[in-house]
Amino acid sequence: MTWEIDFWLMIILIMFAVLALEVKDLLAAVGILTGYSFLMALLFAELGAPDVALTEAALGAAITGIFLLVTLRFVSRREDPEEEEDA
Amino acid sequence: MTSRYDSLFLDVVSRAIVPLIQIFALYVVTHGHYDPGGGFQGGVMLAASTILLRISQGDESYERFSASAGLYLAGFGALAFALLGFMSMAFGGNFLEYGYAVPGMDGVVLRYWGIFFAEVFIGFLVWGSLVAIYDGLTTGGVDE
Amino acid sequence: MRLMGALLILVVGGFMLWGTGDLTDRGDPQSPAATHVSVYYIENALTDSKTPNMVTAVLADYRGFDTFGEAVVVVAAALSCLLILLRRRREEGLPEPVRTVAAGMGPEAGLEPDGSRTPPARDTLGGDA
Repeated sequence: MTWEIDFWLMIILIMFAVLALEVKDLLAAVGILTGYSFLMALLFAELGAPDVALTEAALGAAITGIFLLVTLRFVSRREDPEEEEDA
Repeated sequence: MTSRYDSLFLDVVSRAIVPLIQIFALYVVTHGHYDPGGGFQGGVMLAASTILLRISQGDESYERFSASAGLYLAGFGALAFALLGFMSMAFGGNFLEYGYAVPGMDGVVLRYWGIFFAEVFIGFLVWGSLVAIYDGLTTGGVDE
Repeated sequence: MRLMGALLILVVGGFMLWGTGDLTDRGDPQSPAATHVSVYYIENALTDSKTPNMVTAVLADYRGFDTFGEAVVVVAAALSCLLILLRRRREEGLPEPVRTVAAGMGPEAGLEPDGSRTPPARDTLGGDA
């Protein structure tokens, strides 16, 4: 198909991945990972794999986000506990 | 009774959207022969609908789908899938070779229905497993 | 340390990019993956099992054993999750279980300076809070 969509989707995916690593608020990181999964599903669908796209959209964008949110309830919300006092 | 968060919108929207998700999930599970989809995808959608009820309705959702039911559902799915595999072994086929599952029937039709039931059992299994993981995370795995 | 990491990423990524040059093109009919069993699947999936969607036929029929293994892995993951969480609760005496996620997700959730987390409040439905 058109390579431009693949190209820009991959660029945005890399940006999302780096952003999810760099952001300090873990709740924001979970949201960014969910968006990453959604874009990944778009990429899979565009590459002609609708089965994988459906799995990624349902599992990556919905269930994984929920599980990460539940886990976040048990841990500190920020990545670095020392910076939290300054904030 | 309103929802757990005293929000009418959350209550109404979640109650309205869950049946739609479940119908689409059943369509995805049972229509795997013709469309993209199948047991895994549909099971994940069913689990998502159940978890949405868990989040929005709180304790009320445990009355119909108790905290230990997920594991039973997952075990039932795995056991039924394994039995489906062993059925064909009883009549001379290999493990999961659906064409031999029932003697005297057309092999092609048997394979069609074998795929169908395999998808349905996988759907049960994934649904139960994901809900069980969610319940384990939120309640610590304890069924009160 | 950051520099070392970046260097490592560059080296490993460079090797991987170099390696992709030997991969076949997408959809190449002469590639090894498209010349062995997949030809049989593509030609016979419809007549063997009356299933138009070839992906489903391969996943559930021809490669049913793989799918069975995947399914068992999912069940094993759920079981081990429950076992680990159950043990942790018994050993540490964690607070009262809460049934909804968002109960502990307010803006102040888990933000104590000493690193301890707040046991999320059980409100509105429990009654006795």
